[in-house]
Amino acid sequence: MKVLVSTAVLFVLWVAMTGSFDPQELSVGLIVAAVISMIAPGVAGPEPKKWLQPKRYLYAFIYLFYFLYAMVKANLDVARRVISPRLPINPGIVKVKTRLKTHAGKLALANSITLTPGTLSVDVVGQYLYIHWIDVKSPEVEAATQEIVKGFERFLEVIFE
Amino acid sequence: MIYRALGEFLILVGSLFLFLAGLGLLRMPDVYNRMQTGTKATTLGALSVIMGVGIYHPQWFFKTAIISLFILLTNPVSSHALARASHNKGIPLAKVSVLDRYAEDKEKGLKEGENDS
Repeated sequence: MKVLVSTAVLFVLWVAMTGSFDPQELSVGLIVAAVISMIAPGVAGPEPKKWLQPKRYLYAFIYLFYFLYAMVKANLDVARRVISPRLPINPGIVKVKTRLKTHAGKLALANSITLTPGTLSVDVVGQYLYIHWIDVKSPEVEAATQEIVKGFERFLEVIFE
Repeated sequence: MIYRALGEFLILVGSLFLFLAGLGLLRMPDVYNRMQTGTKATTLGALSVIMGVGIYHPQWFFKTAIISLFILLTNPVSSHALARASHNKGIPLAKVSVLDRYAEDKEKGLKEGENDS
């Protein structure tokens, strides 16, 4: 089961990276994927059955658009701050709490936070993330969590947990 | 030929954002704020340039999409590493900063063991 799933994942990645459907390429890819999965079945993560639940893919697809929207908004916001002559920044490092428990989930959350509105993940300790915020709206843990984390967590919880 | 115009437009927008990222690096007061412009503006700048090339040459589109995906995965990771390293080295935040929970908690002692939960 574990080997089959990781073979499938690696094979899809192979096809995406070679970008060709030539039977020779495909057969080599399949063999390489199968061999790697037998040597290291852990590449598909600790719970491979998660790859087989279609709901996760649906949410990942929606999340992609939500994330792109947030990222463009963040870029315009930071660009505005850079151009503006007064340099309107109000920076600081806040602490937020996440409900995500898996490593993949926390990685995706930290990456998303870094790429969006004026926030940069500095460190992750257990359930807490330390975020450098270019415009601190609220120093409290609860309020900052609401502002920064909640929007992403809604999707990431379904995708990774 | 409409896709060529779209590709050119995306490359133009991308270079504009890259320019703003460079300007941000000069204007921001400390290393953390510089990193803000360095990650965000650069990501969108690089992404739109790369995707613009992919649209200009449609046969490359798939590969440029993969490159974009890898940039999205790796660019923030290097920023985390840099930000964390600077803070641990003791580089101070700019004077305008309002608070630093990370330093407060480091004085109390972070529970590093929780990292492996």
